[in-house]
Amino acid sequence: MSHAMLIDLTQCVGCGACRDACQQVHHFPQKENERLDAQNFTTLRTIETDDGEVYARQMCQHCQDPACASACLVGALEKTRDGAVNWDADKCIGCRYCMVACPFDIPKYEWGSNNPKVRKCTMCYKDRQLTADMKTDAEGYVLGRDGKRFTIDGQPVKAEDRDMVIEMTTNSDGMRATACSVACPTGATLFGDRDELIAEAQKRLRENPDSYVQKVYGLQEVGGTSVLYLSSVPFEKLGFYTKLDTEALPQRTWRVLEKIPDIVVTAGVALGAVYWITNRREEVRKFEEEVKTQRSQKKH
Amino acid sequence: MKLSIPRFTFWKAVAALFLLAGGIATIVRFGWGLGASTNLTDATPWGLWIGFDVVTGVGLAAGGFTLAGIVHIFNIKRFEPIVRPAILTAFMGYVLVIVGLLFDLGRPWSIWHALIYQNPHSVLFEVAMCVMTYTAVLALEFSPVVLERFRLHKLLKIVKVITIPLIILGILLSMLHQSSLGTLYLIVPQKMHPFWYSPMLPVFFFISAVSVGLGMTIVESYLSARAFQKTLETPLLRDLAKMMIGVLLVYWTMRGIDLIRRDALAFLFDGSFETMMWYLEISLMLIIPLVLFNIRGWGRSRAGMFFTAISVVLGFVTNRLNVTMTSLEAYYHENFGVTYFPGIGELAVTIAIVTLGFVIFALAVKHLPIFPHHEEEAVVHLDTMHEATQPASMHAKPVAELNRH
Repeated sequence: MSHAMLIDLTQCVGCGACRDACQQVHHFPQKENERLDAQNFTTLRTIETDDGEVYARQMCQHCQDPACASACLVGALEKTRDGAVNWDADKCIGCRYCMVACPFDIPKYEWGSNNPKVRKCTMCYKDRQLTADMKTDAEGYVLGRDGKRFTIDGQPVKAEDRDMVIEMTTNSDGMRATACSVACPTGATLFGDRDELIAEAQKRLRENPDSYVQKVYGLQEVGGTSVLYLSSVPFEKLGFYTKLDTEALPQRTWRVLEKIPDIVVTAGVALGAVYWITNRREEVRKFEEEVKTQRSQKKH
Repeated sequence: MKLSIPRFTFWKAVAALFLLAGGIATIVRFGWGLGASTNLTDATPWGLWIGFDVVTGVGLAAGGFTLAGIVHIFNIKRFEPIVRPAILTAFMGYVLVIVGLLFDLGRPWSIWHALIYQNPHSVLFEVAMCVMTYTAVLALEFSPVVLERFRLHKLLKIVKVITIPLIILGILLSMLHQSSLGTLYLIVPQKMHPFWYSPMLPVFFFISAVSVGLGMTIVESYLSARAFQKTLETPLLRDLAKMMIGVLLVYWTMRGIDLIRRDALAFLFDGSFETMMWYLEISLMLIIPLVLFNIRGWGRSRAGMFFTAISVVLGFVTNRLNVTMTSLEAYYHENFGVTYFPGIGELAVTIAIVTLGFVIFALAVKHLPIFPHHEEEAVVHLDTMHEATQPASMHAKPVAELNRH
């Protein structure tokens, strides 16, 4: 099962509970913020429209075929089977190609740090794996199944924080979910199976055509994403990137990369052949000169 | 025409000043992090250090594989005297690119991760592998110079045996990563200005690298001739310049066709910043070199070819900076309301790295057998010169100068 989120902006009342929960579960300072940064994985912008205020939420789209993961030379970013695009602190070398490549400009950097991390929403990937039965070490840190310290976004988890994280990422049905979806009081942010959420989104568009623009944002953008949006106003008015191709971006680089073996073989053989021919020509020339000089010597 | 370049004592002072400024910037970079030492932000994650020190730097070092290919694969032996300086520049260039990269990486101490956590779908992984391997290849290609200097004849023999496979490997690796630096940008079609985003970027990057490889070889031959009284035959440089112009004509024809095919021609008349930068690029990289090279007499003199090549090099730098920075400015501005211009720390480090290049090259030419100066070599050149198109009388002077050393 691949997880996804459906964010229905028509149901959002702009309370900011999603943002607050996200900041709390990640130990970020609590603040309102217009832009994503290394300590803000989701923002809520208020946009005035003819029909009143609309609240535009922004977070990592968790692409089906993420440009960031394709760009990352050490595979620190990964599209997990869970559906989340996760970042591995132990691998990252800090080249920031993921930030350049991301079509939604999501990954952010700890510019002030001398051991900087790439930071972005991970759909509470590791938070959702944290359980009450995990052991702790002598210093009070939670241990993973591999016996090493369990980390969330590269940070070890203190035992006293465990209950808070588990509570914040468990929904009313007892299922593990993202902190923002658990915190949402109106159900504007849903967490669940991607196919089911797509069906739900399309059902809403069908049943209430007047309340929505007829589009599920994220269904086709850059090959599809795991975060889907519904809205009553056109997405470009909300500052969403609406000119994105439906083809996954990694295809564009892969089309070139996959030719490399052919190029290496063809060019290698061609260069070898050129060398052989030019070298042979030289040898023949030398040999002929030798023969000439021998003949002229014989004549004398 | 004689250039009046001041003597070396002045340049030494300038170099020392640049290195000092770079040293201070280095302390800020590694003491306080990227945020304090650069103008990079979340909106503009790559700047001058990637755009110039890495992407441009690798291109400027393309003379190594170009000349090695011309001489050892295409067997055009009359260029042999230029191979060593070209390979030296290339080797030095790649080492400096890696130095520049260490400044830009957020966690430079983990650069070796590329070796163990491999992502074959990443263009950057391919670039990293090729740059690493090619730097090693260049070290081997350059090693005979050092081995000769220290008279290590056994090792020299081993290196000579693997010369041709090494050179073919070097050309293959160069083809791959020179083009891949363009492929890097294929993943951001929606962010780049249509002048510079093209599915053909990898091909453009490779061809322009060949042209600037030839250009850099002409430039450094001229400069080292001035500084060290080590001369290279004018006809040789002239042939290199001809090749360079030929490659540029092919390159710009392809660029033109590409612009037409992508319906981007209309942008040429909108008077925007990007348009101005595009005109600067084509002026430096095509129009000025064509004009200079075809000035009767002077264009084919050493100084004429030097300025032709300098223009190409500057045009190439403009092109790479346009691809890596100019083409993204409008996107940054529209979506984040910011523009990027390198900070003083970034400029200081970049200038210091370039200075370091000049210093190392000067030291190497002084202390290692880079340029030909043996009598027997001069005689060999006399033989091959009959192939050149110029009258024999023109060669008398350089040969005489070679004999003097």
